[in-house]
Amino acid sequence: MAKVLKVLVPAAIVAAGLAWVLTAPSSVAEDAFVDPEGGEVDRGETVFNAAGCASCHAAPGATGDDKLVLAGGQSFPSPFGAFTAPNISPDPEHGIGDWTLQDLANALLHGVSPEGAHYFPAFPYTSYAKMGDRDITDLYAYLQTLPASDTPSQAHEVGFPFNIRRSLGGWKMLFFDESWVMDGNDLGADLTRGRYLVEALGHCGECHTPRNTLGGLDRSRWMAGAPDPSGKGTIPGLTPDQLSWSATDIAYYLESGFTPEFDSAGGHMAAVIENTAKLSAEDRAAIAAYVKALPAAETADTGS
Amino acid sequence: MKKIVTVLAAAAILSGGATVAQEYKNQIKARQGTMWVIALNLGTLGGMAKGETEYDAEAATMAAESIQAASNVHFASLFPEGSDGEMNEGSTAKPTIAGDLAGFNEKWAALGAAADKAVAEVGTGTEALGPVMGALGGACKSCHETYRIPQ
Repeated sequence: MAKVLKVLVPAAIVAAGLAWVLTAPSSVAEDAFVDPEGGEVDRGETVFNAAGCASCHAAPGATGDDKLVLAGGQSFPSPFGAFTAPNISPDPEHGIGDWTLQDLANALLHGVSPEGAHYFPAFPYTSYAKMGDRDITDLYAYLQTLPASDTPSQAHEVGFPFNIRRSLGGWKMLFFDESWVMDGNDLGADLTRGRYLVEALGHCGECHTPRNTLGGLDRSRWMAGAPDPSGKGTIPGLTPDQLSWSATDIAYYLESGFTPEFDSAGGHMAAVIENTAKLSAEDRAAIAAYVKALPAAETADTGS
Repeated sequence: MKKIVTVLAAAAILSGGATVAQEYKNQIKARQGTMWVIALNLGTLGGMAKGETEYDAEAATMAAESIQAASNVHFASLFPEGSDGEMNEGSTAKPTIAGDLAGFNEKWAALGAAADKAVAEVGTGTEALGPVMGALGGACKSCHETYRIPQ
């Protein structure tokens, strides 16, 4: 027995130490994203709209220009608990006004806070990790121009064990995959842009792709549709076996909110369309091209 | 005995529910018919806006007039209490409509205003279609967000 313990205890210590190292938050290189100069506000606004920041970070029920006050407070129910979007307005105390460009880059690319804590993936850094450097610099410039709000951020309502931030390091090891789902370097300009808008900024897969029991995206059923994380209803699949809309239909839906049957978009998609309506016609066409290029889902089962 | 009473009571409640569903069948048909008149005519305008069909000022104006006519139905009168989607299969109307007729009428009037604008403008050229569709779509969305059960 003593002999066994002699082996097991050091093994456990090594394993714990290894786990501690492996779950450590990563960050961008020390000399990366050090110069916010040159960030273009206009381009940043497009990044902001394409990434849908306001849809989650505006105050609950905000409309019109109030959507640009990123006070936070909206609650997002999930099987793991309810996540509350924080204040990301330029207020230095309650928002992110004291963040450096590097802080923003670490949040978007690594899902890590300035204090070095892991963010919950309700903040879709799993998608934003594919953002281009210039877009992050431009977004940083744009965010500075928005009104500050002194509304304090509220805590998430997440139970044990999901409330242990360090455990998210393990989650990231398992499910944080930064590679493109639609593979290939010769997609052409339109599809490459569409892929960037869908997989990175638009983070469409975060809702339209089913998740496993630990909340990791099932990339083998990319965009195959999924149960709504709130527990009520389903989010439709976009694969060609499930969506017969033409590219024109898709682009027009993203512009006007009208389906081909001229019903109006509802639920969270209505908020998405408020953003896509502000994009250029070329960008909406690029998103449509990407959706039309999706392969059929491996199984018809949309995950229940 | 107690068991039998429970079963009978449950059956009575269930059949009662079914009677309610029958009672408002025609209102639901009328509501959805009104929506379809609007949807099909939006399709005419939208086809031209998308460039899928050639612009035709006369056809566009007729479509707008049909939407306007539908918007003149006193829509709230088709939503009596108990005719909502929680009580009736096939309906997606929220039960909150009956208790908030003022709000419901306001949203419906906004559709009327957008339809009036459509009638006045869609005949003037293709460039009018975008803003008109935007206004009509805004009215649809605003009411659906508040008073329709999400699917």
